[in-house]
Amino acid sequence: MDHNGDGAAGGRANRRAYLRIEGVTKRFDDTLAVDDVSLEIAEREIFALLGSSGCGKSTLLRMLAGLEMPDAGRIVLDGEDLAAVPAHRRPTNMMFQSYALFPHMTVEANVAFGLWQLRPRLARAEVEARVAEMLELVQMQRYARRKPHELSGGQQQRVALARSLAKEPKLLLLDEPLAALDKKIRQRTQLELVNLIERVGVTCILVTHDQEEAMTMAGRIGVMNEGRLLQVGTPGEIYETPDCRFTAEFIGETNLFQGRVVGGALACAEFPAAIVLPPDAGLAQGDEAWVSVRPERVALSRAGGVPGGAGCNAATGEVAEIAYLGSHSVYHVRLANGRIVIASVPSVHWGDAAPPTWGDAVRVAWFAPDGVVLTR
Amino acid sequence: MTRRRFVLARGRFWTGLLPWAWMLLFFALPFALIVKVSLSTPELAIPPYVPPFVMEPGELLPHFRPDFTSYRRLHDEVLALGTPAADLQYLSAWGGSLLLAALTTLLCLLIGYPFAYHIARSREAARNTLLMLVMLPFWTSFLLRVYAWMVLLDSSELGLINRLLLAAGLVDAPLQLLYNQGAVLVGMVYSYLPFMVLPLYANLVKLDQRLLEAAADLGARPWTTFLRVTLPLSRRGIVAGAMLVFIPAVGEFVIPDLLGGGDVLMIGRRIWEDFGPNQDWPMAAAVAVTMVLVLLAPIVLLHRHGRANGDDGEAGP
Repeated sequence: MDHNGDGAAGGRANRRAYLRIEGVTKRFDDTLAVDDVSLEIAEREIFALLGSSGCGKSTLLRMLAGLEMPDAGRIVLDGEDLAAVPAHRRPTNMMFQSYALFPHMTVEANVAFGLWQLRPRLARAEVEARVAEMLELVQMQRYARRKPHELSGGQQQRVALARSLAKEPKLLLLDEPLAALDKKIRQRTQLELVNLIERVGVTCILVTHDQEEAMTMAGRIGVMNEGRLLQVGTPGEIYETPDCRFTAEFIGETNLFQGRVVGGALACAEFPAAIVLPPDAGLAQGDEAWVSVRPERVALSRAGGVPGGAGCNAATGEVAEIAYLGSHSVYHVRLANGRIVIASVPSVHWGDAAPPTWGDAVRVAWFAPDGVVLTR
Repeated sequence: MTRRRFVLARGRFWTGLLPWAWMLLFFALPFALIVKVSLSTPELAIPPYVPPFVMEPGELLPHFRPDFTSYRRLHDEVLALGTPAADLQYLSAWGGSLLLAALTTLLCLLIGYPFAYHIARSREAARNTLLMLVMLPFWTSFLLRVYAWMVLLDSSELGLINRLLLAAGLVDAPLQLLYNQGAVLVGMVYSYLPFMVLPLYANLVKLDQRLLEAAADLGARPWTTFLRVTLPLSRRGIVAGAMLVFIPAVGEFVIPDLLGGGDVLMIGRRIWEDFGPNQDWPMAAAVAVTMVLVLLAPIVLLHRHGRANGDDGEAGP
């Protein structure tokens, strides 16, 4: 896939592939859980698999951990083919969705569990030192002797993280790492977690259904749907230049217009005029296509204003809904044909003038280059 | 309080009363009667004892004159422990019972754990069928099943197992399979196995599979995962199953009586003999009372232990 990502993340992704997933497929009974997924991940990268529940992202993660075996395809980590390696011998460690801490062991014993499995055996002093180091890393030294049920959700999450980092895995797998936390704690923890993973320097794949979480934490995101990996890119790339309707609609909100190319523009039944396409859209006469326009790219003004120039798509309608969100407001504008166009307008936009209100006649418009042409 | 809540509270009161009333009527009261008999003096009469309550003429309340002879006999046997040629008929019956019950419990655990583990790990649809199969023997009479073992283990050349062994040429003469400790043990393990499997299953089916996956992910081999995760987390099921087997096994009377020989001395048979042929009700009652007290001790201890530890699988996240 060819994207013009921002320098840092793009450069990172171009490094030698540390983890290579090649054509991995997994079938459960009659359903194709993971369908021919190929992916390359660089060392020290934080990568998010994003998708709604049942899209196959967790199955893919479990195959990396060795908890499921792929029906086809290869998984190569640091030059080693993991196909024949059972879960307990893989250099990967996973943080489970509800943490899966051993309820009958103390925090210490939970973190030490993996270390005791190492062969040749570590000396007790070595294990204890490593456990102390891990607990310090997640700031849980004070709770070493507690049992998991005596800890809060956030503390359990940190213990689970310490446990999965204790063996210095080559690949850290996080399954919905923050889904079990309250929203407030979750947002704070996202950045803490990223800082910690970067400090340790471990390559990390996380699975989430929360686009905000994926965009905050990961350098690159892979969007999955129905077992397929649809698009891989930096958060900016998948938001600004989605390459399919699913990604455009799944990540953030968007206005999608469907039509056919007629004379260099898109004839769309839901828009009063032919939609001017961005330059070099690469479409031929008669092609079916969609144009995706993000709400913040849609300009909203009172009707009767100056009409836009060439390369501008505009229509008039009336305000149907307003959601005031502080920094900005989301307007739902109903065009004459009933189609709703969503526009996100910064609160400062109106200055001293009164913003349009319910029922007001307004004009929505966007510059042709702000639309993204999609063909699937 | 609204009427609805009042009705609910009343309902809770009555449903709470039922178990207490049941325990009072069918445990506490009979147990009190047995205690009374155990403190009586044996006599050739009907019933064959003199109760410990004596009415003196001219007094309103009876005097309590307990006769501790029966308990003293048990006590004397304990004191005589270790003396050569001591007659320890009760103590040896006790020992035999405890040993047999312990062996039964251990074998039930060793055989029952794989049963329960397998059922708990089966697909949900298969579980009910498998559980049904475990309980299937209960559909036939308990006595019938013990008699069936007598047919199987019969020590003549007509016994089913002996016939097989003879036909296969493995033995030259029929083996003495029936009327010994081994036969009793086989019958006990066979009869009590479901009581071990059911609580173990109920515990193992709740075991969070992700804990096993986490253990594997952290590098534990399957056997280590079993020893360090599955086994400790199923402790409660083991304790429950062991108690359900051990306690009734100690007092078991029918199986040793039918499958055991004269040398199989068990406390249940002792009690039966004292109540029956020996006509020594106070002695039989004293043995029964000590039995309840001795069996109560491990229950109380385990309960305390569980509470003091305050941990187990269910308390986790």
